[in-house]
Amino acid sequence: MSLPPFDRVVSEHGRVVLRVCRALLPAHDAEDAAADAFLAALEAYPRLRPDSDVKSWLVTIAHRKAVDILRRKARHAMPVDHVPERPGGSAEPALPDEPLWAAVRKLPTKQRHAVAYHYVADLAYAEVAAIMGTSEAAARRSAADGIKALRRAYPPASGSEQRSLPTKEMA
Amino acid sequence: MNDLERLLAGAADPAADAAGAASAAGAAADPSASAAMRRLRVALASRAQEQNLLDVAYRTVDTPVGELLIAATPLGLIRVAYARQDHDAVLAALARDVSPRVLFAPAKLDDAARQFDDYFTRRRRGFDLAVDLQLAGGFRRTVLEHLPDVSYGRTVSYGEFAAEVGHPRAARAVGTACATNPLPLLIPCHRVVLSDGSPGAYIGGPEIKRALLDLEHAAAA
Repeated sequence: MSLPPFDRVVSEHGRVVLRVCRALLPAHDAEDAAADAFLAALEAYPRLRPDSDVKSWLVTIAHRKAVDILRRKARHAMPVDHVPERPGGSAEPALPDEPLWAAVRKLPTKQRHAVAYHYVADLAYAEVAAIMGTSEAAARRSAADGIKALRRAYPPASGSEQRSLPTKEMA
Repeated sequence: MNDLERLLAGAADPAADAAGAASAAGAAADPSASAAMRRLRVALASRAQEQNLLDVAYRTVDTPVGELLIAATPLGLIRVAYARQDHDAVLAALARDVSPRVLFAPAKLDDAARQFDDYFTRRRRGFDLAVDLQLAGGFRRTVLEHLPDVSYGRTVSYGEFAAEVGHPRAARAVGTACATNPLPLLIPCHRVVLSDGSPGAYIGGPEIKRALLDLEHAAAA
């Protein structure tokens, strides 16, 4: 059994890695983190065992890249208390689910990670725990706490009508 | 939208679950997510090249004989494949035989793509591209190295070409080398025909061989 072309890894897992990064970082940093993660993955790819869980491997790398970026920003941008969610003048349309990502990013670190890896990346708690360097029970608790907090902070309007509203009206 | 939103929505209102599932199914077609994927691919390809991690770059080119897959290593073009050769299978073989670091990197192959366009519009009779012949060894490689000697618009028989490379009895082996040519078109195995002048077999199919010979013949006349 040999490794498939790396390009297939990008096609299959690109979206989930982008979404995980969106849950962890503001939009403009999220894409950088995803590209950093895939570049690091490309470097290591020939050494990956062909039977590995590729998604879990990629999310682990994305986790490290996101933590790196947050650490760098914390060092360089201390005076700024609150970075605006969307920088003005950006031509990029916000993703339709921006308010949800913003709510996830406001969670405490452990809850944010547990929610991103379990609910966004759909990894099992054992994998989530391995990425976070914690126990499975703790990961499960963090995810549950995170979801509880999200339900308070992000109450969805009833029915499907809410989904057709433009993002700015929801925010 | 996504699993997380569906979960949150579903808890508040069970009816919203169906709407959530429907929008999750539509997420694949979400234009902003597709745009983000395109930006990711562009960033990855250019940064991989900067860091010498782009072992195999590939793209496709639309031509009058169908979609061609072209792939290159840092040394040069390593594969050209017709649609009927199954591009996914060709990429899987490159990952196995050359390197699994295979990426869609169209910009790196712009020049090659333009030369193929020019060939089909008769603005060009030969290719000015570096090649990487690592996929062919022994007599096959000798054949590939000498095929460009058969000039545009000319044809030779398998036997004649075998004699040209100094192995007059090796017509069959020449046929095998042509049938396994990793760089058809670029290395013009289509100019080697049966001794009665009929085109004979071709990697891209006999109808494509005929089309290429007609194109070159008309232009050379």
